Amino acid sequence: MRVVVDFDRCQSNALCMAEAPEVFEVREDGFLYILNDMPPDELRGKVEAAARVCPTQAITVED
Amino acid sequence: MRAADELLHAGFDGSLTVIGAEAELPYDRPPLSKQVLAGSWDPEKTRLRVDPAVRERLRLGVAATALDLVDRTVVLADGERVPFGGLVIATGAAPRTLPGTERMGGVFVLRTLDDCRGLAAELDKGPKVAVIGAGFIGSEVAASCRARGLDVTVIEALDLPLLRVLGPVVGQACADLHRDHGTDLRLGIGVASLEGGSRVARVRLADGTAVEADVVVVGVGVVPVTGWLEESGLALDDGVVCDAWCRADGADAVVAAGDVARWFHPGFDESMRVEHWTNAAEQGAYAARSLLGLATEPFAPIPYFWSDQYDTKIQFLGRATATDEFAVVEGSLEERRFVAAFGRGDRLVGALSMNMPHRIMAWRSRIAAADSFSGN
Repeated sequence: MRVVVDFDRCQSNALCMAEAPEVFEVREDGFLYILNDMPPDELRGKVEAAARVCPTQAITVED
Repeated sequence: MRAADELLHAGFDGSLTVIGAEAELPYDRPPLSKQVLAGSWDPEKTRLRVDPAVRERLRLGVAATALDLVDRTVVLADGERVPFGGLVIATGAAPRTLPGTERMGGVFVLRTLDDCRGLAAELDKGPKVAVIGAGFIGSEVAASCRARGLDVTVIEALDLPLLRVLGPVVGQACADLHRDHGTDLRLGIGVASLEGGSRVARVRLADGTAVEADVVVVGVGVVPVTGWLEESGLALDDGVVCDAWCRADGADAVVAAGDVARWFHPGFDESMRVEHWTNAAEQGAYAARSLLGLATEPFAPIPYFWSDQYDTKIQFLGRATATDEFAVVEGSLEERRFVAAFGRGDRLVGALSMNMPHRIMAWRSRIAAADSFSGN
């Protein structure tokens, strides 16, 4: 799976980081960094939860 | 919409109808007071991604006007009666208005995409703006107006913005934020009336003084949309009363979610109604699972909200009231870059961040675990 973030929508709410810290990290500069844009399949549940919880619909999970 | 998605993903294969009062394809509300109003986003960017299977089941532009629990039908504004086996009530909340001003030109509430289109068109003309209420909507509207270079006066009845929700220290920081960005903030003063005839010309304050305004935005809170349920037999108390599983009190196979739902939160041991986006999404999905008998635990989220005002991001997790214990635990209040903790009876109940989005989420598990407040 591939994780795609629309950075025009991303507002650094960091809810994705709470759901899948292995993949999403909001850093001290206030920006979201994708740690692994092709995460292993065992993280699918967390990554999809992150996409759902994002309040600005910034995250898309592509298969 | 989340409830509908969850029903389908949970394998519900019966007949599904989603009824919406607004004649609009589903959209997100938070950007309406932010990017759309400031002019940096086209309104169409607020549209929600809708599963095609849900899209073909949408009935838009018709409100539910009554609920018949004997017949188990929902009555619509056009007279149609829609029978149901299970029902998700998610009719939301509607803005409070200033009585008598609803048809005055230049006076707006901001809840719907339609409200936003109308307001944005007025803002394009470069008016003097008065905002009534320094809550989240009022404050974000003010910030968006300032981003457009407009003169803005915010009138707040309490002594500080968000005083009851976030307490005096954060309230003061919010007041400073407004003033540092050129917003004229009037605190501790109520509105007596709007003057001007068919179009507003000024706001008359309770002390007799006036604020000249071509556009007035009223942001004084919302009321849950339960008028249509008054004859139904469901328990109503500032929302549809539900148990810890979001099941409505007074009927079988009826659940409620979002701004309209007052449910019992077993983690905080209180009945609550939450008016924020994250709850609407989480509770919508949960209520659907509960309706299908698939919920394995009661609904006990750690509520989250955020507000983007000027150059500042405010984020909050948990619960807070003005009387809770309060301490800045990270960063600097003076720099408006801090995390603060809220406590009740030595229990950590909430955490707030101003401009530290990289730090706020670490507090979520601590609130969920009911950590000791004084341990900070």
